[in-house]
Amino acid sequence: MSTPKLSVHNVRKSFGHKADRKLVLDDVSLDVGEHEVVCLIGASGSGKSTLLRCINLLEPIDDGAIHLDGVDISEPGLDPDPIRRRIGMVFQSYNLFPHMSVLQNITLAPTRVLGTAKAEAKADALELLGRFALADKAAAYPDQLSGGQQQRVAIVRALAMRPELMLLDEVTAALDPVLVGEVLNVIRDMRNEGMTMVLATHEMGFAKEISDLVCFLKDGVILEAAPPARLFTNPECAETREFLERVIASGRL
Amino acid sequence: MTRRDDWLRRQRRKAAAIAITSTVLTVGVVAYLVTHASGWPKVKATFFDAERFKKDFPAIFHYLWVDVKLFLQCAPFILLWGLTIALCRNTRNPVLYPLRLFAAVYTDFFRGVPIILTIYLVGFGIPKLGLSGEFHILWFGGAWNSPYLWGPIALILAYSAYVAEVFRSGIEGVHESQRAGARSLGLSQGQTMRHVVVPQAARRVVPPLMNDLLSLQKDVALLSVLGIIEVFRKATSIKDLTANFTPLVAAAVIFLALTIPETRLVDWYSARQRKRTGGSVVT
Repeated sequence: MSTPKLSVHNVRKSFGHKADRKLVLDDVSLDVGEHEVVCLIGASGSGKSTLLRCINLLEPIDDGAIHLDGVDISEPGLDPDPIRRRIGMVFQSYNLFPHMSVLQNITLAPTRVLGTAKAEAKADALELLGRFALADKAAAYPDQLSGGQQQRVAIVRALAMRPELMLLDEVTAALDPVLVGEVLNVIRDMRNEGMTMVLATHEMGFAKEISDLVCFLKDGVILEAAPPARLFTNPECAETREFLERVIASGRL
Repeated sequence: MTRRDDWLRRQRRKAAAIAITSTVLTVGVVAYLVTHASGWPKVKATFFDAERFKKDFPAIFHYLWVDVKLFLQCAPFILLWGLTIALCRNTRNPVLYPLRLFAAVYTDFFRGVPIILTIYLVGFGIPKLGLSGEFHILWFGGAWNSPYLWGPIALILAYSAYVAEVFRSGIEGVHESQRAGARSLGLSQGQTMRHVVVPQAARRVVPPLMNDLLSLQKDVALLSVLGIIEVFRKATSIKDLTANFTPLVAAAVIFLALTIPETRLVDWYSARQRKRTGGSVVT
């Protein structure tokens, strides 16, 4: 078997000091193959976001290892910048830069980090914006856009770095149902183009449709990982079943 | 006219009526009390002598440019040096701890010492080290022991400490998620500061910064203790000759004519900035 694009080995992560130390990731392991889409599901506080932040090295892990293309990227003291360049991340609250126009938001990293020429970065950004029906928003500022538009800009901003892996952290959680649809369409497009992705999401229907593998997390542990066809229809684990029943009861599947 | 417009118009009329009545009443009472105080004729003659005002105002106004020039010489360096100190205080790298310590001691020291003392110590002390000769740096030039060199430096040293604290609060006020957004794109710590954090912090601190710059415009008058002749110094020298305080009132008018437009300019700038990058405004 070839090396997975991303592989997470027995990762442990805790927050807090001494007495009130809380383990948020407990021995988490996960393999993501090239062009695969993996969804992380589970209640709030189950460790989905923390896992994504650890993969992007925004949070240092306590123990275990994270490999990208077979290379350990979690080595303490390693310069995280060259690795982050290869991993795109999109946040629940967009994290766009409010003092920059949409175009500047997108071209900042390619020009400053990759050293792409300004004109080239601009052309590239406009092309991406056009693809996501945002061409007319290039000169707008983030606060002048709807939530769905802001999130799509955030995705374009990450894509402009030509990442090998995209991490999406509950990217639709702050949006109303109509806007959720437009953002999910963008993610669907990325999948069709073969982007490797790890998503934390509450959109079960979407997770079922888009993913190759679904992981159910509870209290920092992956209790069950299975293809969506199995996990959503015939979960092995009692906790997964209970979680899905609650999701169905609230009408979200 | 909508129901809301109608209500708004009535509200505005009522508010205007109340404001006018209360202003006229207050001013009237104060004016009556002041002009009927037993010492008023004497105060009027020594502070508000119209003849003296007419005569002295142009002579004092002539020195306005000195105050403006000193201000313009100090302000850019204060902003630059203040930002540098603030950035030193915000370094997270343990290797740079000495810089952090220096910045903390610096701000504690210069905010703790009265500005007038700093001016005396730097303005009289340093030239006493036996400095002589002349310097020429870009378009600046003059004697090495000139008060026109060490006076502004004293102001720059003192004011940078205040400005650094303003910048620091602005930098700390930028939400952590902005740093996360920038770092996730591969920007280094320095690039994140330069392109994402500092620009947002700077916009946010314009009003408090303006407050400090306004104080600076007025505190330029303190440099008169070093023998620099500017508006305040000129006014006092006329007062000393004529035993009349009217020139000081004239100096006050000149300072107001300088500082009030400066504030309005910044208000206008901030409003424009908000309009350009902001969404809808909540009233």
